[in-house]
Amino acid sequence: MRAVLTVLLLTLGLAVHAGVVEPRPFEDPADEARYRQLIQELRCLVCQNQNLADSNADLAKDLRDQTYNMITAGKTDEEIVTFMVNRYGDFVLYRPPLKSTTVLLWFGPLLLIVTGMVILFVQVRRRAVARQAAKDLTPEEHSRIAQILADTGEDPRP
Amino acid sequence: MARYLVPLGILGIFLIVMAFLFIGLGLNPREVPSPLIDKGAPEFILPTVKNPRKTLSLADLSNEVSLFNVWASWCVSCRQEHPLLVELARQGLVPIYGLNYKDARQDALRWLNTLGDPYTASAFDQDGRVGIDWGVYGVPETFVVDRRGIIRYKHTGPISVSDWKNTLLPMIRQLQAKKG
Repeated sequence: MRAVLTVLLLTLGLAVHAGVVEPRPFEDPADEARYRQLIQELRCLVCQNQNLADSNADLAKDLRDQTYNMITAGKTDEEIVTFMVNRYGDFVLYRPPLKSTTVLLWFGPLLLIVTGMVILFVQVRRRAVARQAAKDLTPEEHSRIAQILADTGEDPRP
Repeated sequence: MARYLVPLGILGIFLIVMAFLFIGLGLNPREVPSPLIDKGAPEFILPTVKNPRKTLSLADLSNEVSLFNVWASWCVSCRQEHPLLVELARQGLVPIYGLNYKDARQDALRWLNTLGDPYTASAFDQDGRVGIDWGVYGVPETFVVDRRGIIRYKHTGPISVSDWKNTLLPMIRQLQAKKG
């Protein structure tokens, strides 16, 4: 029962999602899968945070036409992506290629995480060392510290 | 001194991130760099708006340095830009060619008749195919094409007077001064 319900709900979502894209005849289901994949990965330049599949913009429709025509003309995915990039630049790709100008985009987040980890590690390490140093003191040293702190008027507790 | 190192480092990272965000505020996200700059302009041959039996092609506009302006009667910013184009055409510094993008011929003709026609000729790109080849995504767009048919600059959105004075005009002057 639960499985049936899950499948039902999932297909319900699919139906809603497919609403924007106009239906197109494909002879080969593999071509249709390629078409869906491509329009998912190509960005619409008018409404910049949507892909071609989600956008209602006129240009998005034209580019879907273009993609469809190129697929039915037997072009490979690579040829279609190259066609788009040659005209609109890397910006049409939701997965930008790794080049000198996109290194920061790809590895910036990793860099931030590593920096954060290093800072965290250094801090934890420093505290551990300080705590250990406090434990290593002899009772005489402890009383001397308490004496010094009392003289300067500070609270002896760490 | 060493105890300030970590807070200073964190402050440094914070300032760098702030600087990036601040620069980002001043950028126009609609301004997508065109991969066509300094490349040969895409070939096209289309009927003109005014006379369907005449054609306009890339060869026509690459005889000399020229502007190639993408416009449409349905485009609101084009209306804002139009008086400037008319004025530029009157000054005659550079020929302006048009690409009438995804428009109806009647609407385009009415536009030219009522608002003035700054174009030496306008190509009629009804289905937007030539627009796709030129990477058009937001009308109006203006390309500077040199006399070898190479795109030297692309301006997205309406040209303002300061865009013209500070960027386009100096560039056109420089290209016109170059031989060959």
